[in-house]
Amino acid sequence: MSEKIMMSGNEAIARGVWEAGVHVAAAYPGTPSTEILENIGALYKDDIYCEWSVNEKVAFEVASGASIGGARAFCAFKHVGMNVATDPIFSMGYAGVNGGLVFVTADDPGCWSSQNEQDNRWYAPHTKIAMLEPSDSQECLDFVKAAYELSERFDTPVMIRVTTRVCHSKSLVRLGDRKDVKVRKYKSVPGKFALLPATAIARHPIREQLLRDMAEYGNDCSFNRTEGKKDAKIGVISSGISYQHAREAFGDDAAFLKLGLTYPFPEKLVKEFCSRHETLYVIEENDPYLEMHIKSLGFTEIHGKDQIPECGELNAAVLRRALFSEEPGKTYHVEAKAPARPPTMCAGCPHRGFFLALSGVLDRVVPAGDIGCYGLGSQPPFNGFGFSLCMGAGFSTLVGLSKALEKQGDPRKAIGMLGDSTFFHSGITSLIDIVSSESNVIACILDNSITAMTGHQENPGTARNLMGEPSPVVDIVALVKACGIDDDHLRVVDPVDLKAIRSALSDAIAAKGPFVIVTKRPCVLIKEVAKANGTRHAVIDPGMCIGCGMCMKVACPAIAFKDGRSVINDGSGCTGCGLCTQVCPVGAISIVEE
Amino acid sequence: MTKSILLIGVGGQGTILISRILSSGFAEMGFDVKMSEIHGMSQRGGSVTTMIRYGDEVHSPNFGDAEADVIISFEKSEAVRALPQLKKGGTVITDDYEIFSVPVLTGASEYPFDALDQLRAEVPNTIVIEAYRAAEKLGNSRCQNIVLLGKLVNTMGWDEHVDWKALVAANVPPRTVDINLRAYELGYNM
Ligand SMILES: Cc1ncc(C[n+]2csc(CCOP(=O)(O)OP(=O)(O)O)c2C)c(N)n1
Repeated sequence: MSEKIMMSGNEAIARGVWEAGVHVAAAYPGTPSTEILENIGALYKDDIYCEWSVNEKVAFEVASGASIGGARAFCAFKHVGMNVATDPIFSMGYAGVNGGLVFVTADDPGCWSSQNEQDNRWYAPHTKIAMLEPSDSQECLDFVKAAYELSERFDTPVMIRVTTRVCHSKSLVRLGDRKDVKVRKYKSVPGKFALLPATAIARHPIREQLLRDMAEYGNDCSFNRTEGKKDAKIGVISSGISYQHAREAFGDDAAFLKLGLTYPFPEKLVKEFCSRHETLYVIEENDPYLEMHIKSLGFTEIHGKDQIPECGELNAAVLRRALFSEEPGKTYHVEAKAPARPPTMCAGCPHRGFFLALSGVLDRVVPAGDIGCYGLGSQPPFNGFGFSLCMGAGFSTLVGLSKALEKQGDPRKAIGMLGDSTFFHSGITSLIDIVSSESNVIACILDNSITAMTGHQENPGTARNLMGEPSPVVDIVALVKACGIDDDHLRVVDPVDLKAIRSALSDAIAAKGPFVIVTKRPCVLIKEVAKANGTRHAVIDPGMCIGCGMCMKVACPAIAFKDGRSVINDGSGCTGCGLCTQVCPVGAISIVEE
Repeated sequence: MTKSILLIGVGGQGTILISRILSSGFAEMGFDVKMSEIHGMSQRGGSVTTMIRYGDEVHSPNFGDAEADVIISFEKSEAVRALPQLKKGGTVITDDYEIFSVPVLTGASEYPFDALDQLRAEVPNTIVIEAYRAAEKLGNSRCQNIVLLGKLVNTMGWDEHVDWKALVAANVPPRTVDINLRAYELGYNM
């Protein structure tokens, strides 16, 4: 035991990337995938060039370039990130690789921190790319290493599909050494990599043949194995984390077919297994991906989504209830209810000032949101926006929304908001669309100098990169101007200065044509910022407070209302941003340093 | 037999650190261990849970309702939130410490001030300590988690084969080893 260590799936993937001798790794952050590149940056940057790319498509293209150039390359993203990256992924599916190319899609059953529960296993057949599904941290490490051998042997990118419970669970892992892999010589092979129509149509049959070869390999490879009681009546087929739940729910009385290579689908192996057992179950989270394959082989009696929920995460208890009608376990019950405790903007969060000001003009604007910490502004008491779709949509939807409002005679102006990382990711193309369509809308960039929501990753505005080196700052205001926004249609303000942000909003509402507001103030959780804030905090003079509750509208976790008076919570993390001092009608709140 | 532990608290309270120490301890005892933490959105002052499971062979890293043998709660209303996950006969160890969420602060949600009386009345194995206050008195409220760890280890009788203090020392920031060891002692003897 002693040489094994506890590692999360993400740490183990990072370790596997290093052990596989990878040379280049690129990603865009997104829960639950983020810690993979964070670990590569922290532990293995001497051996691996690694970067936070501006978005997932760029990340995959960085990795593709490295692979075509002969290096072993790696890329990672969350499930919705793969939607952004699929254009080059489909192309590389046809082209194949030079150096091994492996990427991770981290799906989020249960929607712990995502806008949907999409099941990216469907992307494997769609992109014609091999797929591996590890079930624990040891397999994360082992599968990543093996994926590079597969990638180079079968001339294919390999997709590793994990889920939140694999990424963020820790289990014991045995480590290995780094393999010394030489970068292959770059050769120009236009007939393989320059995907003009004539090349692509010629590549297609080659691809289909490779898939047949890989399927043959999948029928007899170490990724797929049978376990448990050989002559059991019950046969269970599963993959990924669902396999762990299945093992636990069915115990020792069943035979298991554990699939690690789930595309190309190992038909022969599955047929043999299904023929051996009388009652068959397929256990999988979310969509019936395995089930549809198995049914297409003629085993239409197999139990799966007829009993197991499609929505949300599984665990052994959910399975036992669904499959064996087991009664819920006995527990305790009290009348007391836990209070709602949704995630909220931190004390001192610069986004708070923006939403406080916005809440004052909601009768004159129709707001669109986006994905980032400012997403929390949609909650009461700010009710900052009525819809948000995906990264970048906070700007592009304004173009269509403004037309719809115009056509129904609604005089309100469309306003959208997104953060610095989201602006670089895809907001910039949306802004160009706003400018070129001359849309009468307000686009707000809430620049806190960091990618905060996912835990503080560097972005092109941060002056430092993933490898900890200083990097050039891409100037957001200059970019906005270069897109065609003139000084009359641009305000750059400190979001904690309520007067300034309010006046920027009313200028924007009065103006005609595209208008941009950039709020600039770094996230209070950035180490240097927290240090500079020091012991600064607010104090409320109990003699002056009239108990009007105006400061409660700021909805700051640092301010509480007790016995008819406002107080600053002890240990609340007040940073002394001073937003509350600007709303107190009697000047009872002041900022002190002590 | 696999045992299941649930840690619950509010983002930033240090649930992850003691999960790490506990997992190392169970591994030292020779058990297979898995631990599952959910983060992301929950970092922003939301409720945070970590699950730890140990036994001869552990499959699932997470578990369902009425399956926890022990719940360790860093905040008293969070103990109520976690209660449906406790199995009959299980133990709750909770800090008598209150953190008001924004809905409570703005009056949109009510705080269950009598939660502990209700817990004590319903769950025979309810243990309430003042871990936060004790850590604060010691000089660093961030040691709350280690006070709770000390109480947990003593309550469950887990100290026979593991030098927990060595694990604490190995897992906390070097400058804080002394105060954390004192926090552990304090919790252990509470
Ligand atoms: C396509 C896609 N990639 C990644 C994510 C994960 N994600 C959610 S918010 C966010 C970062 C937002 O950063 P920023 O725009 O700077 O706002 P902040 O959180 O700093 O306020 C990311 C990367 C996502 N939801 N969608």
